[in-house]
Amino acid sequence: MEWYRLAGSILSLLGAMFLFLGALGVWRMPDVYNRMQTGTKSTTLGSILTLFGLGVYHPQWMGQMLILMLFIAVTNPISSHALARAAHHIGVPLTKKSVVDELVEEEPPQESMAEMEEV
Amino acid sequence: MADLIIYIAAGVALLGVVLASARMVKGPSVADRTVALDTLTVITISLMAMIALFAERVIYLDVALVYGILSFLGVIAVARYLEGGL
Repeated sequence: MEWYRLAGSILSLLGAMFLFLGALGVWRMPDVYNRMQTGTKSTTLGSILTLFGLGVYHPQWMGQMLILMLFIAVTNPISSHALARAAHHIGVPLTKKSVVDELVEEEPPQESMAEMEEV
Repeated sequence: MADLIIYIAAGVALLGVVLASARMVKGPSVADRTVALDTLTVITISLMAMIALFAERVIYLDVALVYGILSFLGVIAVARYLEGGL
C-alpha cells in the first residue's frame, strides 16, 4: 500500500521543484521574453509532474488529473505566445544582451510574401 | 512519510509563489506583470490539487480547472488589449 504513495509524493516534489525554478526564472531573467520562456516551459513541466505525482498518490483521481494536465499542456503555450506577440507589438524592448530581433523585419505588413522568402 | 514529502512540495511551490508575486510587483512593463500572473496561476493549480488531496475533496480539482480556464482567458484578454484589438 505504501510504495505508490511514496512514488507519487516524490514525483510531486520533483514537479514542485520545477515550479520553483520557473518562478525563479521569472524573477531573474533579463527581459520579458526570457521571463515568458521560463514562466511557461518549466511551470508547465512542473505542474504536469506534480499532478501526475498526485494522481499516482491517489489513483482514483488519475482521470481528473489527466484532464488537468492536458488542459495546462494545451493552454499555457497559447497564452504565452499571444502575450509575446502583444509585448513585441507594443514595443517592449529586448535586453541589451540579445543579438538579433527576427520579428522586426516582418513588422511592415505591406511587404509581399515573395520578398520575405528571399531574406 | 509520504504526506510529509507532499507538504515539502507544497512549501517549495509556495516559495515559487513568493518569487512570482515579487516579479509581479516589480515588473517594469505590463507584459512582465501578466507573465508573473500566468506563472502564479499555474503554480496555484498545482497547489489546489495538493489541497484537494489533503482535504479529501474531489471538487477542488474542478475548481482548479475552472481557475485555469479563467486565467487563460485573462491572459488572452490582456494580450488582445495590449495589441489594441479589444
